[in-house]
Amino acid sequence: MALLKLQINNRSYEADVEEDTPLLWVLRDNLGLVGTKFGCGIAQCGACTVHLDGEAVRSCVLPVSAVGKGKVTTIEGLSENGDHPVQKAWEEVDVAQCGYCQAGQIMTAAAFLKKNPKPTDAQIVETMSGNLCRCGTYHRIKEAVKSAASKTK
Amino acid sequence: MQSIEQTSRRNFLKIAAATGGGLFLGFNWSNAATLPIVVNPEALAAGAVNFNSFLSIGTDNIITIFSPNPEIGQGIKTAFPMIVAEELDADWTLVKTVQANLDTNKYERQVTGGSGAVPHSWERLRKAGATARYLLVESAAKRWNVPASEITTEKGKVFHKTSGKSLTYGELAEDASKIAVPKEIKLKQEKDFTLIGQSVRNVDNKNIITGKPLFGLDFYREGMLFALIQRPKAFGLKLKSVDSAAAKKMPGIVDVVTFENSVAVVGKSTWQVKKAREALKIEYEKEFDLESSADHNRIFKQLLENGEATVRRKNGNVEEAFKNAFKVVTAEYQCPFLPHSPLEPMNFFAHVREDGVELVGPTQTPDRARNEAAKITGFPPEKVTVEITRQGGGFGRRLSADYAIEATHVSKLVKAPVKVIWTREDDMTGGTYRPAVRYRFEAALDKSGQMIGYKLRGVGMNSGNPTREDNFPSGAVDNLLIDSVEHKSPITTGPWRAPITNFLAYAEQSFLDEVAEAAGKDPIQFRLELFEKAKKSPVGEIKYDIDRMVAVTKLAAEKSNWGKKKGVHQGFSVYFSHRSYVAQVGEVVVEKGKPVLKNVIAAVDCGIVINKSGSLQQVRGGVVDGVGHAMYGNMTFKDGAPDQNNFNGFRLIRMSEIPEVDVHFVNNGISPTGLGEPALPPAGAAAANAFYKATKKRLRNQPFTEEEAFKNIS
Repeated sequence: MALLKLQINNRSYEADVEEDTPLLWVLRDNLGLVGTKFGCGIAQCGACTVHLDGEAVRSCVLPVSAVGKGKVTTIEGLSENGDHPVQKAWEEVDVAQCGYCQAGQIMTAAAFLKKNPKPTDAQIVETMSGNLCRCGTYHRIKEAVKSAASKTK
Repeated sequence: MQSIEQTSRRNFLKIAAATGGGLFLGFNWSNAATLPIVVNPEALAAGAVNFNSFLSIGTDNIITIFSPNPEIGQGIKTAFPMIVAEELDADWTLVKTVQANLDTNKYERQVTGGSGAVPHSWERLRKAGATARYLLVESAAKRWNVPASEITTEKGKVFHKTSGKSLTYGELAEDASKIAVPKEIKLKQEKDFTLIGQSVRNVDNKNIITGKPLFGLDFYREGMLFALIQRPKAFGLKLKSVDSAAAKKMPGIVDVVTFENSVAVVGKSTWQVKKAREALKIEYEKEFDLESSADHNRIFKQLLENGEATVRRKNGNVEEAFKNAFKVVTAEYQCPFLPHSPLEPMNFFAHVREDGVELVGPTQTPDRARNEAAKITGFPPEKVTVEITRQGGGFGRRLSADYAIEATHVSKLVKAPVKVIWTREDDMTGGTYRPAVRYRFEAALDKSGQMIGYKLRGVGMNSGNPTREDNFPSGAVDNLLIDSVEHKSPITTGPWRAPITNFLAYAEQSFLDEVAEAAGKDPIQFRLELFEKAKKSPVGEIKYDIDRMVAVTKLAAEKSNWGKKKGVHQGFSVYFSHRSYVAQVGEVVVEKGKPVLKNVIAAVDCGIVINKSGSLQQVRGGVVDGVGHAMYGNMTFKDGAPDQNNFNGFRLIRMSEIPEVDVHFVNNGISPTGLGEPALPPAGAAAANAFYKATKKRLRNQPFTEEEAFKNIS
């Protein structure tokens, strides 16, 4: 066990956990940040996607000790009031069915658009194909990413 | 009876607190003939009112509706209040839906399954809304001293146009609660709907996109322990001995307990119990045969030839028809086991206390969870409460209560609140799969290409009857025999979205494509001729609506510009399941020598569409699900153990692999007939038949990507 300091959503957190604990479970079990979801545990589905220093990472395979001084952003911290352009697009396009994968989809899309604000359709599909949606909301995910891109400057 | 009143009162107080008083309508979800009754707070407090559920209108104009059916992504939590709000002329922005807990005294059919929620509740919900509107109008008429007939309602307000007066529903709620409920209530005509049929966004959108705790896995309780369970690694094994000494010594571990064939590691965090579980030393012994996929293939063929079949439907004289046939077409189709793979793995919270049991979690059948917990603990069912969370998909998996049973066992054994969590590996290898099935079809054609005989034998694993003997083409063929054989497998199986029809429709509609070709007919024309025959001279009982089959068939043909697109290979499929009718045209284009499914055109008759946005997505999602599993879904076994245990081995469809899905609804004014499942069954055949057009190779087994025919071309 080790007492680790973490920077998450512009706040400081402490967690007394084993160093190999994936960031996902520290967020969920220790810090009460349950917006980041568990789907597969092997970085295949993307439900656990968070940002580490602005990069989309799979928190289910990221040992918490590897986070170091990195800045973590979770779905809870993506925007103050749920009004990040990607979140707004998700609402306007009415993407969610069950909704379980959507936090991971949104985090993947937000990191992607930050780096690539004017993506082609092919780039959107390539990036978003890393995230699974069992309900099959892919058409709307694509539409929402395009819509968010058109509104991001 | 005591408990009904107490529960009801508790719910009542909760709403009262939330809305600050107002009109409370209790309405019976279970009996459309029972009109809603006004629940007056005093009478309620005295426990004198018999009611079942609440629609409340607060003085702050907020309308609260309890939704009893579990939300798994089918959109019920949005659709139900839309129906109430329509008849009430409510201001949609002021309607709130609250997920009801399990209460079998108040609600009937508190289940998500069979695409049945909207068909079941349609009339009940409308009456609830219409009655509340009536009471508001009457109370306004009284207050203004004008005839009720001069009063109109719109968006949460009551208007008297001639005098220019208006009041909000909230302002009238108290008065309205004192008006007597009418004996009969008039419902709106479809043409007057302003909300039903519109696109309304998922009521939980904001919570979903901001990561609020909604799902079972998000439920945490102070002092709650976490449990992971080691189940036998193969179907057919049973527990022999457990050495948990090493696991118990690991950090954070509170206990290791054993029940039935399960060993539960209980501790303070998910990760700690996951690591400790790996330290268990368990021995198993064989209880049943350890089946492999190769065994299943052998069993299927054996039973198709020599199995003792149960006759499901027989019309005319099949033997004679085949003897006289000009041409006979025979084909066999097979589909594999499939896990459900809802993205939220199984999980459940249980707290077995001295005075009862508290259960919280994702379940499609909360009543089953409660009854099982009652059995385990010895409490009567009314001492078991079930809180239903939002669910990260279901697909039928959460119709089984196994994981709620486990949570109850563990909490009982460790005497603490516990959440049982399944990892993805647990979820995928833990059973209750969509069972594998093999079908043999035979068709007899006469010289003119008429189908004069039809035979279907289905061999299923634990499936009971893997056919739907009264579905099309039954009723359209003079001589027909449908029978089935079952193999009892130790591999656990259960319903999977669109049970039976999910595979049967693919097999049947692919086979009919083969028959049409052998008859030298266009696949759509061939089916239309059969529908006409069934209409003109039905053979035996017909349990589907021929006109609705014809309508979706023609609509799909029209919208896909059937047979007229250059360079596009089209395949057709039409199916009736769960009360609704869906026709699909798959379109394959050859790109760089590879056939690619680019588009699916779907014509859907589910009766009146409640929520356009939700329904459109439901059809798209159903097609993506159907195509995805047909293309890639494959679960195989070796000595009773699944070969695939996560999404690296079991392939789910991804964004880069989906076709466009073009959806068209039939508008016929029929009461809603369900949409959670019906779009899925026809998808496999629409794709397979289109691939055939492009490649001249039939895809007679799922998944398509494992077919030799497909491998050679892609």
